[in-house]
Amino acid sequence: MIGLEHYLTLAAMLFVLSIAGIIVNRRNLILLLMCIELMLLAVNFNFIAFSRYLGDETGQVFVFFILTVAAAEAAIGLAILVVLFRNKQSIAVQELNTLKG
Amino acid sequence: MFQSVLFYLFALIMLGAAGGVVFSRNPVHSVMFLVLTFFQSAVLWLMAEAEFLAIVLVLVYVGAVMVLFLFVVMMLEVNIEAAKRGLSRYAPLGIGIALIMVIELIQLIWLRGQGFSSTGGFAATPEGYSNTKALGAVLYTEHVYAFEIAAVILLLAIVAAITLTMRKRPGIKVQDIAAQVAVRAKDRVRVVKMDAEKKQ
Repeated sequence: MIGLEHYLTLAAMLFVLSIAGIIVNRRNLILLLMCIELMLLAVNFNFIAFSRYLGDETGQVFVFFILTVAAAEAAIGLAILVVLFRNKQSIAVQELNTLKG
Repeated sequence: MFQSVLFYLFALIMLGAAGGVVFSRNPVHSVMFLVLTFFQSAVLWLMAEAEFLAIVLVLVYVGAVMVLFLFVVMMLEVNIEAAKRGLSRYAPLGIGIALIMVIELIQLIWLRGQGFSSTGGFAATPEGYSNTKALGAVLYTEHVYAFEIAAVILLLAIVAAITLTMRKRPGIKVQDIAAQVAVRAKDRVRVVKMDAEKKQ
């Protein structure tokens, strides 16, 4: 039967895949944002699985708030991306060196 | 047994789609794979009996956020070849780190996690249990302040996105409604007293 371990393993695989995505796609800012969305999804998997395992709805409430914050983050991130593209005609990460950090 | 087969099938599709997000060469394809990933995870959440969140994931995420991503990807006509040049250089590093992490996490879950062993599956929910009702009962009582803060965060996101992307272009002809409403008659019409002129 499918239990807690299966969900946790799946979430770990998804999380790790999105970390690999962040390292591999270091050039494209949009893909980095998508990989962050995937990471948040993996975390949500953990919350859902533990909520089901413990029979406690609080985990699902947390997922609700994570979804809210992730939607806000996506909206603001994409807005920043649009402004960046308008100013620099490019969203390549290696060209974002204006701050000389 | 049937449930296990379904779980592995959906999990496999989800991981494949996530791989497609990471490794596909075209950003538009990446967004499409991301939609598939979210859809499959909604199905998996349904199997974990989190029905409300599964529907919310499809409606809010696939319906709104992914469409937003698609808009931006299509609007910013990115040079794909230039964006993907670094792929081969960093791919071994990324895949190596990912493999190490996933092996560690899986051994942590399966070998060290004996305390929560649930290989018999999740416990059955009681008869007449409604996920949505239970979630609402918790959300609007215990977590009501967090709920209100979440609403404020969404409002903040709207305001921030609009202020960031709105721009004032100089030299275009638009009405300034506030200035129109605030105008007074005495600013516009000047009554001049002068003597009547003689008829010629």
